[in-house]
Amino acid sequence: MAFPALAIYSFLYLYPALTNLLYATQRWDGVTTPEFVGLKNFTNLLTNDDLFLKILGNNVRFSLIVVVAQTGFALLFATFLLKNTKTNIFLRTVYFFPTILSSVSVGLIWTFLYDPNYGFINATLKAIGLDSLALNWLGDSRYSLYAVAVTQVWFHTGQMVVIYVAGLQQIPAELYEAAEVDGASRWQQFKNVTWPMALPTTAVVVAYTTIQTFRAFDLIYAMTQGGPLNSSDLLVTMVFNTAFVGYKFGYAATQTIFLVLLVLLVTWLQRRVLRVNDGMKK
Amino acid sequence: MIYKIFKNTLLTIFAVAVLVPSSIVVLGSFKKDVEIYTKPLALPEVWNLDNFRTLIESGSVLTPFKNSVIVALFSVFFTILFASLVAYAIARSVTLSGKVLFGLFAIGLAIPGQVNIIPIFTLFTKLGLNNSLFGLILVNIALTLPISVFIISAFFKDLPKEMFEVASIDGANHWRVYRSIAMPLARPAIGATSIFLFVICWNDLLYPLMLINELDKKTLPLTLIDYRGEFATSYSMLFTAILFASIPMVLMYIFAQRSFIAGLTAGAVKG
Repeated sequence: MAFPALAIYSFLYLYPALTNLLYATQRWDGVTTPEFVGLKNFTNLLTNDDLFLKILGNNVRFSLIVVVAQTGFALLFATFLLKNTKTNIFLRTVYFFPTILSSVSVGLIWTFLYDPNYGFINATLKAIGLDSLALNWLGDSRYSLYAVAVTQVWFHTGQMVVIYVAGLQQIPAELYEAAEVDGASRWQQFKNVTWPMALPTTAVVVAYTTIQTFRAFDLIYAMTQGGPLNSSDLLVTMVFNTAFVGYKFGYAATQTIFLVLLVLLVTWLQRRVLRVNDGMKK
Repeated sequence: MIYKIFKNTLLTIFAVAVLVPSSIVVLGSFKKDVEIYTKPLALPEVWNLDNFRTLIESGSVLTPFKNSVIVALFSVFFTILFASLVAYAIARSVTLSGKVLFGLFAIGLAIPGQVNIIPIFTLFTKLGLNNSLFGLILVNIALTLPISVFIISAFFKDLPKEMFEVASIDGANHWRVYRSIAMPLARPAIGATSIFLFVICWNDLLYPLMLINELDKKTLPLTLIDYRGEFATSYSMLFTAILFASIPMVLMYIFAQRSFIAGLTAGAVKG
């Protein structure tokens, strides 16, 4: 019964993953015969590639901003929208809406919003007299990464709100009642009940968002294609450009291996940190 | 009191932030460019369908739409079929083989699919599977199998074992039990997983971008990217195309909201 799945999975997932290791040891333009170069791609990547370091820095910044902002907003909105009243359910539905759109659609919509001449954001800023704030959001290397990060947060906060609401609704109401009897303020209730009790959910949200930000491709490709001057380039767009623009397939394979190791390392670290916290609070 | 003002202000701001861009797109698809630039949020002066007519007549979206439907439907159908068979085998196995099988697919969950970008491209070029919808369907199945096996096995594991055993004692073979007992019981999980997979396949850009360059094989996300270049200054056409490409998702969201949200959150939690 398992045969069809095993066949496809072995041939198109496991086998390619193994051949990727082989490609990583080659210099290859995709056309001529590949040349074996051993670990040279790896040493080049780690010691001799300034662009790679810049893009790695971009991705780390992008991930930090999105993880912190998205998780923070999602937790805040989830505490606001916890009860299943009509208004709250309606708002959760509205917030979730962007999640159903494709990254490409979202990217193109925000390209309009950010448009320096015709865009909605600058038109609004000018209308209220803030002309000096009407910047070239995507076209200026100082802002492009942050502009894309804002779009990413807009895109997926609603999904995380829904996950948080499901998690927070598991917290026994008695805990809040007891806190209220003790005269705890809203902030104290959040700090001493909601936050520790929500930690397992936070672990899930943070892990998912982190992986999402290290896999981001579609949105960047639709909005800036990594530009200007690689200011919004992330790791997967870098792999794509190395292979399909620069025709360095061996080097691109090496980059994907680094990417995968990085994702594994980060998720492992997060799991450890959040679990340690969890243990301490209990 | 202050808390209430703070809460309602924030909630309103984010709701507006979601609704404004969406409204600009919907309203904009009825407008001319100038009207989008000057009054993006106003109702169109004339509700006219010129943009839709131009888009359909140009012939450039119907084929991609059809391609996306074919790719998404076949990918989801076969992924669900194959994954549920594996999940059933895992759930019913009493020997070590079930654990091995599960472990094998767990490897795929641990290694992100990006390691396959270069090898899939070279393999597919060698096999002549580039520029083919069949090739895209194969990639989608391979890449989404691990997560689907994971979600469906988790569901099968929660079903009472006696249900399977009673049917087996009555003489039903594995096929029968799978078809008449396991699958009907798993319907909610299958529905949610299908929607989750449909969204992934419908929206994917990376693999079509790598594998497809013939015009009549392009999927919608790829066509939208082309439009960005072609109509660089015409947001009205771009918005119309975006609206057109989003219709299936919006309809599914309206009519199957529960499964939709369950599917996308299960994908996140389990992934």
